[in-house]
Amino acid sequence: MASDDSVQKTLIVATLLCIVCSILVSSAAVFLRPLQEENKKMDIKKSLLLSAGLLKDPQAPKEEILDTFKQIEAKIIDLETGDVVLNVPVESFNQRAAAKDSAHNKMIKKQDDLAGISMRSKRAKVYFAKEDGEVNLIILPIHGKGLWSTLYGFLALAPDTKTIKGFGFYEHGETPGLGGEVDNAKWKASWKDKTVYNESFEPILDVVKGRIRPGSSDAYHQIDGLSGATLTSNGVENLVQYWLGKDGFGPFLAKFRGGAR
Amino acid sequence: MSIKKTLFDPLFNNNPIALQILGICSALAVTTKLETVIAMSVAVTIVTGFSNLAVSLIRSHMPNSIRIIIQMTIIASLVIIADQVLKAYFYSISKSLSVYVGLIITNCIVMGRAEGYAMKNPPLMSFLDGIGNGIGYSLILLFVGVFRELFGSGSLLGFTILPLTNDGGWYNPNGLMLLAPSAFFLIGVFIWLVRTWKTDQVEKE
Repeated sequence: MASDDSVQKTLIVATLLCIVCSILVSSAAVFLRPLQEENKKMDIKKSLLLSAGLLKDPQAPKEEILDTFKQIEAKIIDLETGDVVLNVPVESFNQRAAAKDSAHNKMIKKQDDLAGISMRSKRAKVYFAKEDGEVNLIILPIHGKGLWSTLYGFLALAPDTKTIKGFGFYEHGETPGLGGEVDNAKWKASWKDKTVYNESFEPILDVVKGRIRPGSSDAYHQIDGLSGATLTSNGVENLVQYWLGKDGFGPFLAKFRGGAR
Repeated sequence: MSIKKTLFDPLFNNNPIALQILGICSALAVTTKLETVIAMSVAVTIVTGFSNLAVSLIRSHMPNSIRIIIQMTIIASLVIIADQVLKAYFYSISKSLSVYVGLIITNCIVMGRAEGYAMKNPPLMSFLDGIGNGIGYSLILLFVGVFRELFGSGSLLGFTILPLTNDGGWYNPNGLMLLAPSAFFLIGVFIWLVRTWKTDQVEKE
């Protein structure tokens, strides 16, 4: 046997090590993938239901989540026209992947890019919660830049498309305790029943710095800023404004109001 | 060295963070909440233990010229496996740890123990040394994590201990505790306490 430091031995050891390690890593990845995918899907479903206020307990068991999710119907829409797209499979549609795919995305003009995301998918998956066959919630996926990270969440609107019924993020990387307070249940609850549009359906939602002045006539479309997290608060305001604007879900919501369901 | 000494020395006598000053970076990053601290501690302890074991097993066949690369490969593989397991079985924790699990690879403790101990010692002792150092690291993380979560968010493991003014309670949280510098102060205090107790650790002027 050659000495430990010979070229031959070095190559043999390196090759063997690489083979062993790659087998271990790839088998872990392959065997655990289905579980991981499942977790990811459940997590998004759960946060959708939590944001929409259809589920109260964040620790709810899987069965309850799936059961509650039955009242949700998903549709793919074309953001440009606001029409429902029927020839795309709803279940496997991945808006995040589409946003990066040059065949399915749109570069956002600098002056329009309130959310700071620079490109978006041409299509979006929206969700309807139905009760007795009538839509009583429209749940829109939203995302945009905060201070450090892109925040991903859901905004639930009443059928008048003006009133917020629920709101929340399921993924972000803001500072815990400061910007991370976007997850604060009390703050999220303060979004409920706020108005997002004015009479001519321009987005007017405003996350103010500090607290809303008590008795202010603007309070119906204002939300308390997060203390110590001005940039995150601004980011949240901007991304909501963007997704409700003409470049976001504006056309779709206009069609919805017009009776196209 | 006895088994007991190998396992328990890294807790106070030879703590990786307090005395060897290794692995500070992740101690700052993940300690704002106790839940992530515990997950991180377990992950680091397991990775350090098994990387020491693996390095020690092949130490006599290791060509000197590529030994650091070999150690890194072993550590990186173990970390990826740990990350995959977390993602599969503890999804919410893995979400809050996000990129830091991957960064265990760069945690100096793992590499430091592989190079400093496992290269020269038999497998069982190396494994125990890795576990011991992992526990020593966990100890500091827990100390820092308890203070940061309690005074920064008024809770422990998510349970409210001090009701916050934001939620209608009386406690006004200390925002500094949520930022990285507070971990430096707390680690400093810990080192101070340990060195007051074990005076032989004080460096000579």
